[in-house]
Amino acid sequence: MKDQYDLVVIGGGPGGCMSALHAAKNGISVCLLEKTRDIGYPVRCGEAIGEMGVGQFFKPKESWIATRIKKCRIIAPNGTKLKISFKKEHGYILNRRIFDYDLSLMASNEGAEIHTKSYVKSIEKINELYHIHFDHLGDSKVIKSKIVVGADGVDSRIGRWAGIRTQFKMKDIESCVQYSVGNIDIDINRMDMYVGKKHAPGGYLWVFPKGEGFANIGIGVSGKYSKEKSAKKYLDEFIEKNYPTATIHTNMCGGVPCAKPLSKPIADSLMLVGDAAHFVNPITGGGIAAAMKSGMFAGQVASEAIQAEDTSEEFLQKYISLCKKDFVNRHNKIYRVKETIQKLTDEEMNYIADKINQLPPHKITLAKIFTTAILKKPSMIIDVMKMFAGF
Amino acid sequence: MIDIKENACDFCGVCVSVCPPDCIEVRESSIIIDNDICIDCDLCVYICPIEVLSSS
Repeated sequence: MKDQYDLVVIGGGPGGCMSALHAAKNGISVCLLEKTRDIGYPVRCGEAIGEMGVGQFFKPKESWIATRIKKCRIIAPNGTKLKISFKKEHGYILNRRIFDYDLSLMASNEGAEIHTKSYVKSIEKINELYHIHFDHLGDSKVIKSKIVVGADGVDSRIGRWAGIRTQFKMKDIESCVQYSVGNIDIDINRMDMYVGKKHAPGGYLWVFPKGEGFANIGIGVSGKYSKEKSAKKYLDEFIEKNYPTATIHTNMCGGVPCAKPLSKPIADSLMLVGDAAHFVNPITGGGIAAAMKSGMFAGQVASEAIQAEDTSEEFLQKYISLCKKDFVNRHNKIYRVKETIQKLTDEEMNYIADKINQLPPHKITLAKIFTTAILKKPSMIIDVMKMFAGF
Repeated sequence: MIDIKENACDFCGVCVSVCPPDCIEVRESSIIIDNDICIDCDLCVYICPIEVLSSS
């Protein structure tokens, strides 16, 4: 480990690894610090992503893909199942453990240093350099860096230490639990999403297949409602009722942002990426692609800043512009739709599901579901139109 | 004052993500709440998905 780097990346998920990869590729010195003992583990993720979410960066390796998702069912509170086939783009359920590990290998192949078991305790800016204080395998260490990328996830503190308010409002975060479940009967090409207050108030419950007979079954309950009944209680009741033979092989929990993207995820010599910058699709909770994209942009902009010898907030504005154009504007529109969807009652959701199910199966698309929802909540029209226009 | 059922904690950090005064530190396998800074808002108790935290 050196005393000083051009860039220190804090956090070794997809956002952090992509930052390190692209910064190193562009020739600057990079050190990535990960608090846990493994890159890619523990997995705190449903692991679903669209084909292009990965494909826009890499030709996916078979080992990254657990299952291919070709269809989904959205299940209304009354049990009505809306069946949708994905025609344009399929999805993947990833093996995040392998995927993240490979991303970190790619970053190190480009010259980035990776250090696990490295918990960052504080950062302070002295003159032009960030001093990063961390515990590494029980020893207290300090390294200096011209730029810091905070890729430290939903519980990011890096931004706070640089004066960016990263705390979530309770209505903008989902309280989540997920089990890796075995001994169940499922279709490996189909994902199920249970909606409504009955299943998961302000969020949804998912069954994402990971292989023959096993799946990620998880739930997100909005922080607005999690006080009344915990996510774990909802999930346990669901599994007992719907998958009584299930065996639980992994317990995990976590928070998923369903917030507006931070409007200013930068400070002098510092950028936040991925969940740390609240870059998550506020309806689906999907954040891998946005983390990778923002990570890539941050890595590129960091290398440009080093070459230009200007790491000021003003220079780093370019990072914000790149994210805005790519996904932030779209996430802002999706956020408004989310707010309206959260206001739908279970009765309204049942009505929408029953209406849509009267259509011939080939006509059932996500767009159709939204347009039918509009009939119930006319105020959604503009938001939904904006959302689809942005796609 | 927040009580922690530490053996049940998954160290996921969702409590950190909502803590207004930023008084929680979650590491790979530890959680510390600084009760001197804690404002007793109980948001961490409400957001914890597995009911590890309680207020007293």
